[in-house]
Amino acid sequence: MRRQIPFALVFIFGTFMVFQYFVPHETSEWIYEYLLDWIAIIGIFALALGIWSFYKVSVDKIKDKNEDWPYSVISLSGLFVMIFFGFTARTGESWGFYFPALLILTAGLGMFTMAYTETSSSKSKTSAMIGLGLIVVFVIISIMDNSWNFYFYTQEGLKNIAFISFFEHIMIPIQATMFSLLAFFISSAAYRAFRARNLLSSILLIAALIVMLRFNPYLGPVSGLMADGADWLINVPNLAAKRAIIIGIGLGIVATSLKVLLGIERSYMGKG
Amino acid sequence: MNIFEKMMSLDRRWVFLSLLIVCVAGYASKSETPILINDEVKSIYNFIDELPAGEIVFVAIDYDPNALAELHPMTYAVMEHCFRKDLKVIFTALSQNGPGMADLAIRDITDSLKFDRTYNGVEYKGKEIVNGVDYTFLGYKPYFAFIILGMGQDFRLQFPTDYYGTPLDSLPMMQGVLNYDDVACVIDISAGNITDAWITYGQGKYGFKLALGLTGVMAADFYPYLNSGQIFGIMGGMLGAAQYEKLADNPGLAIDGMRVQVPAHIFIIFFILMGNVGFIVSRRAKARGGN
Repeated sequence: MRRQIPFALVFIFGTFMVFQYFVPHETSEWIYEYLLDWIAIIGIFALALGIWSFYKVSVDKIKDKNEDWPYSVISLSGLFVMIFFGFTARTGESWGFYFPALLILTAGLGMFTMAYTETSSSKSKTSAMIGLGLIVVFVIISIMDNSWNFYFYTQEGLKNIAFISFFEHIMIPIQATMFSLLAFFISSAAYRAFRARNLLSSILLIAALIVMLRFNPYLGPVSGLMADGADWLINVPNLAAKRAIIIGIGLGIVATSLKVLLGIERSYMGKG
Repeated sequence: MNIFEKMMSLDRRWVFLSLLIVCVAGYASKSETPILINDEVKSIYNFIDELPAGEIVFVAIDYDPNALAELHPMTYAVMEHCFRKDLKVIFTALSQNGPGMADLAIRDITDSLKFDRTYNGVEYKGKEIVNGVDYTFLGYKPYFAFIILGMGQDFRLQFPTDYYGTPLDSLPMMQGVLNYDDVACVIDISAGNITDAWITYGQGKYGFKLALGLTGVMAADFYPYLNSGQIFGIMGGMLGAAQYEKLADNPGLAIDGMRVQVPAHIFIIFFILMGNVGFIVSRRAKARGGN
């Protein structure tokens, strides 16, 4: 029964979604919209599960003192700090005790993590007590301090300057830098790998050079020729190959979907 | 070891250093790089330019900060063009870090629009761009394929409120705006597989006009859709953004970036050619030695 019910659900809802696509009736549309709502709700649970999983993996890494465990401390701090920023906002003229409160909260949560990761029970108890004390201090500050407030149901936190600043001055430079490094690796890889070893690799090399030189403004009278050549490469051989791949993928998706609907493919249940 | 063998076994750190020098030198030079325009970008520019004032353009900002260098200038150029032409814009951000990118772009462009500017010989007066009147930012929701499908029924289905928590029905701009049928086109600026979902679940099911702004490496993958008429334009990488800026007569980050990108590309091509010269000469030398 534990296996039959999921199969039946997959078959019923999957088949409905297939037929719904071709039935523009009001009732069909209503059920379709209702199911889309369900997907959003399930998605939120998956998000919560993801955060819990991240927390658990990081804490276990700290507990076992695995290689590079200090990075997990930084990851967890980033998680809690951004959640705090996202759910709080300044209400008064000044920040008041906002940042000291954040430090106390982070320290409190850190002590709880230490309590969990500590092997000695007496040290674990002490850490837990200190953590609890810090959380109590944080709660008192957040009640007494009127210069900032929590916003769980409205979007004030998204306008919090700390939330915006952390994203714009930490997240953006980090990710942009990581991606920019690719240019260096690609140039090194291209230098080593792009070799005219045989006929096919020579064709690939020439095609790549033409496409790279497409729209290069410093080629003078050759630039038009290069652009035409690159256009032909993109719109004829590339197009033919990509279409073949896309159609192949499409047919593969249809076949796999049918296998899932008919219960032949069961790997989504965790067992073959 | 002769020079060709040395070229074959060049330490990659020399390649890194040389590329860095080329990039820094390109950035330090104040030379203006000429921009050649292609039809894929021109069709997007022309479409937006010919829309009557008050029409709605849907801009999907589906990229994270890692694609900032290539795609952010594109977003800026398209947004500024739309607002200068008195078009209204609906934004979404369906990648995890997209809302931050969209929020940043909206703040920057609304600030820039406060000043008088002249583009292609036409003077545009500075104006205040108002949230809910000139634009609506719907925000982020997970599972982009279902969000795209849901918005085809009703924007309110997936986004009852905008990013800032205001109910869509209370925004003047959204009065009478139900779904994709009420927008002139969708422009998806993306660095990932959200683009596939926009084509499959969006354009494929609801038939709206779709244009794409993509990273350089992605662009070639989407030409089949241009050829089949499913999309009406592609902006590929920083070059695509620079072309749009050139067409809009609004030089920005992309045209500025071309003075780094073009020399860097020439440098990489030079290194590839040098590597091949070394490879061919040393192969011939080995063949002779073998005989």
